[in-house]
Amino acid sequence: MNLFLEAIAWILEPANWQGQRSIPVRIGEHLFYTVLAVLAASIIAIPLGWLIGHTGKGREIAVGISGAARALPSFGLLFLFVMIAGVLLRGPSAVLVLVLLAIPPILAGAYAGLEVIDRRVIDAARAMGMTEWQILWRVEVPLGLPLLMGGLRSGTLQVVATAVLAAFVNLGGLGLPIVEGIALRDYDRMLGAAILIIALALLLDALFAVLERYAVPRGVRARRAPELRTTAPRRRAAAGTPATT
Amino acid sequence: MTWAIANIEQILALSLEHVRLSILPIVLGFVIAIPLGWVAHRFQLTRGLILTLVGLLYTIPSLALFVILPPLLGLPFLSEANVLIALTIYAVAIMARSTADALASVDRDIQQAATAMGYSSWRRFWAVDFPLAGPVLLAGLRVVAVSTVSLLTVGVVVGVDSLGYLFTNGSQRGIIESVLAGVVATVVIALLFDRILALIGAWLMPWTRVKGAS
Amino acid sequence: MFTARNKGRIAMTATVVGAALALAGCASGDPLEPGTDPDAGGSSETIVIGSQAYYSNEIIAEIYAQALEEAGFEVERNFNIGQRDAYIPAIEAGEVDLFPEYTGNLLQFYVPDTAATAEDEVYEELQGALPEGLQVLDQSSATDQDSYNVTAEFAEANGLESIADLAGVEGLILGGNPELAERPYGPAGLDEVYGVTVEFQATGETTVESLLEGVVNIANVYSADPRIGENDLVTLADPEGLFLASNVVPVASADLSQDAIDVINEVSAALTPEGLVGLNVQSTVDQLSAAEIAEGWLEENGFLG
Repeated sequence: MNLFLEAIAWILEPANWQGQRSIPVRIGEHLFYTVLAVLAASIIAIPLGWLIGHTGKGREIAVGISGAARALPSFGLLFLFVMIAGVLLRGPSAVLVLVLLAIPPILAGAYAGLEVIDRRVIDAARAMGMTEWQILWRVEVPLGLPLLMGGLRSGTLQVVATAVLAAFVNLGGLGLPIVEGIALRDYDRMLGAAILIIALALLLDALFAVLERYAVPRGVRARRAPELRTTAPRRRAAAGTPATT
Repeated sequence: MTWAIANIEQILALSLEHVRLSILPIVLGFVIAIPLGWVAHRFQLTRGLILTLVGLLYTIPSLALFVILPPLLGLPFLSEANVLIALTIYAVAIMARSTADALASVDRDIQQAATAMGYSSWRRFWAVDFPLAGPVLLAGLRVVAVSTVSLLTVGVVVGVDSLGYLFTNGSQRGIIESVLAGVVATVVIALLFDRILALIGAWLMPWTRVKGAS
Repeated sequence: MFTARNKGRIAMTATVVGAALALAGCASGDPLEPGTDPDAGGSSETIVIGSQAYYSNEIIAEIYAQALEEAGFEVERNFNIGQRDAYIPAIEAGEVDLFPEYTGNLLQFYVPDTAATAEDEVYEELQGALPEGLQVLDQSSATDQDSYNVTAEFAEANGLESIADLAGVEGLILGGNPELAERPYGPAGLDEVYGVTVEFQATGETTVESLLEGVVNIANVYSADPRIGENDLVTLADPEGLFLASNVVPVASADLSQDAIDVINEVSAALTPEGLVGLNVQSTVDQLSAAEIAEGWLEENGFLG
């Protein structure tokens, strides 16, 4: 417990809040890489996920690629990219590593969100004369938002934890106090930085919770029974059970 | 390729070590997460609390956890136990949520039928809920396996030899092939674990092999 | 749905998993954990040799290992065990018997505010600073110490030969490992000893590349790093003794046998500064493994056969 108190003391130490190497600067760097990586990953993964979810094609490939991407060791990948691209491109290299990390959960959220929609809802939309484009934008995307948000949330949390690696290639972030701490045997600093990262994760998590409330259309929210996270309502619908119980 | 061929013995030795170190956290994570996930699933009150706490565990940077554990638990610095415990924590973090989701995926009607047939809740859990939750549990376990294999590489920073050695050593010596070999070997091992788990799953749950039902 | 056949399968899987766990458990009986290894104590026949997570250090450890094996000792290699604060307790506890170290950096570990800087001063003070149960053997003439380096162009443009010449140069950015920011010879020491003001960047493993690409203009590089020569870097002289001399020195448990000590002292005597750079070149340029490099060096220096 003492260790924790000392770590908190490190965080609260006024000297650590001023100057070039201060905690706010590190938090800023950490957030910058996180936001950039999640944005870039979203630009790639969300349209792709919607395409897969809407057409029902390419799911196996997406699952396969996502699985392989999950297996990539970020730590080694960062060294590899910086060695290949050169030290001047260390920023883009680090962000690329984080993007690769964030893509699988966001992609999965995007297509799973469309997949769990009751087939009958989409059939009804089609019967009403909606074009494919309208079905995607007016029906599937809004109904798929909760799961997409879940994917974004878990992707962001993973990126926040992994952005620590940026410190290995002179990019700062909250990983730097951890790396310094290892070399200097300064546990207060290491644990302090870890606590800050967890706090940052908590904050982002809360932000997503709020976003989720506002982003999800009212009609969907009303239907969001706790059972929504189950995986196979479509199968269940086929078996004759109502999708929402 | 020349470097990889010349150093194939070392790459294989490190790969074996990597596999050995990965097994324990994956199995322990699974075993610990089942009751946690069950509690989360069973009681609405605890669901949010347990799943949020467990989710937070996953955001602790691995590097920090590897280094903080020894003074926190009073373990020797060079002990593999530090890395094994840290990886088990991450495995539990992923698996507890999967377990809760998996149990939630079991059809209520079937559960009620089992209860009506006179199953006690303990027997119902093992004979009905658990096998029916199997496919989702398996999916979670596969994610655990892949992420454990990948995270283990960071252990090299605290002196636990794994394929991560090829990253740090290769980077110091400026040998790109060494880092690349490490990345490739890690991915291969992760996918191997994934495949094996999928096969075990198909063997244990023959009913999932029938495809095209949906 | 849950047939007897399936129960059999589950039981079998459980058995297999259990067996795998038991195997993993046996194998993970960490030899470094105190108490688990009955031989731990250093007096046993097997000599446990450790090394840092630094390729050059690993080569030296491998040389020790092969030299001892050649002399008929049983050797166990426990290389790549990370940071000093991780392995020093292991040596102190007798879990590791022999370890290649560097006099200056090791002294600073025990006496952070030491005033010694010259080779012999450092070695002498180190002998007194070591805890009970540890000893340093003869130091080698080979050094691998922190040093400040600039590119040849930058040295020429600013007329730089020594660190003192940096005073007054504008826009200096120093690159090095993250912890350099707080080392006594880091930015604060530069200012105090030489009146040189620098900005600091934690370039870590990318320090030399960062210097070559102009991200920083001064780089803290270990003096035995072959890239100093390969890239025509200029190592700035240190007339005021900002850096501690850091010679390669074997740290051993106090009860290492005299026969083993004799072997290692011979190795240290044969290892020269140029020789050490040569070993590093074989690792980084020729990309040979530590075992190959060590064998070649021992043969060349008449330790084999």
